[in-house]
Amino acid sequence: MKTVSSLLDEDWYARYKKISKLNIRSSIYDVTNRCNLRCRGCFFFSSGEHKVAKEENDIRKWETFIDKEMERGVNLAILIGGEPTLCPDRVEAFYKRLPTFCASNGLIKLPRDRFPDLMVGISLWGNGEDEKILRGKDTFAVSSKNYEGDKHTYYLYTITPRQIGQTGKIIRKIRDAGLKVHFQLLSNDEGVDGFFWKEEELRDIRSEMDDMLDKYPDTVISSKYYHEIICTGKMLDRPFGWQECPSVTEPLDSRNPKPKRLIHFIRWASDLKTMHRCCTSETRDCSTCKDGAAHMSWVMVNKRAHMRSAKDLQNWIEIYEMFAKLYQFIPW
Amino acid sequence: MTVETDKIVLRVAEVMIEELKLEDVTADTFDPEVDLVDEVGIDSMDLATVALVLQDEYGIRIDEDDYPKLTTVRRIADYIQNKLNE
Ligand code: SF4
Ligand code: SF4
Repeated sequence: MKTVSSLLDEDWYARYKKISKLNIRSSIYDVTNRCNLRCRGCFFFSSGEHKVAKEENDIRKWETFIDKEMERGVNLAILIGGEPTLCPDRVEAFYKRLPTFCASNGLIKLPRDRFPDLMVGISLWGNGEDEKILRGKDTFAVSSKNYEGDKHTYYLYTITPRQIGQTGKIIRKIRDAGLKVHFQLLSNDEGVDGFFWKEEELRDIRSEMDDMLDKYPDTVISSKYYHEIICTGKMLDRPFGWQECPSVTEPLDSRNPKPKRLIHFIRWASDLKTMHRCCTSETRDCSTCKDGAAHMSWVMVNKRAHMRSAKDLQNWIEIYEMFAKLYQFIPW
Repeated sequence: MTVETDKIVLRVAEVMIEELKLEDVTADTFDPEVDLVDEVGIDSMDLATVALVLQDEYGIRIDEDDYPKLTTVRRIADYIQNKLNE
């Protein structure tokens, strides 16, 4: 039988042992249905998810709900929305109870005296010009000032096809603001012209992301295997899609056979009762889904499949480490 | 160690091999002391799959909160034995 230690040398085995028992159990929470932007291609608004549930406004109900979530075994709360920073009391209710990550557009700064080490992921959709087209505003100008030099913040850079050849400039701006960056690819949920991925563009952006990781290893939190998976949509020759997706809400998961999946994962709407199908848009076509977290989790839940060879297992370790860094389970 | 526990060790190893499709190992050659997470690469979904079969077979309940303790085949067998003795 192949064992982990028979595949890895001492250094890799030590890295593996640091993450092997983390047992991260995440769920996702829509903190609010409101946002101070309306981006074209935002999966939340384009799929009408902001209308499926009436927001719960009683903070005590949020607190009771979070306690129940912890009893369910959740040990990582991923806050999305809408824009969570519009409701800091709700963010605080999570933050005081369990490891929490907050996605934000960065326009409102979460005060660090109230949230000293809350991990914040700021969305960024390209350069100023692309941001104006897709989001109506160059958010970087504001968010980079709000969070300059912040040790618990990184940019979640959604790369669009128009960014090919441009990513270096953006990464340097992020580095100069004393921040870090993680990549994902635009899924173009609203079919904006010029923002669909073509095969050759995916090849180009993959090698560009690899270059950026080599050039700016202290700024870019990523792995080449992750680039391969999101650009090809394949892992160990298996195609990504509905049958393989790990990030489907567990009580709504009627797939048979069940793939390897995130245990007890639920994405909750802001009424704290309604569940969404998965970690992203209910209406998205799984065959074109580029969701970065779903792809990362796909690798993470398929550990034994990566025990084919030392290289495969090292790839798995790098992706798990990347995830653990992004959610502060291990240091940068 | 009782003969009964020995039998349970073999059966746990067998279920593990069958359910998780482990290759190049038999119930007899499966080292009952090997760390299932650190060495075999088993995760909690794997453990849940195995636990489901063992629960049915032995008529016991394997509590999810106990998973972190079930780190070797021997420990799973001891756990089952204790439950049967309760
Ligand atoms: S900032 Fe985020 S939640 Fe708000 S519209 Fe844009 S993508 Fe959607
Ligand atoms: S849209 Fe993406 S994340 Fe959602 S179920 Fe489909 S593949 Fe998974």
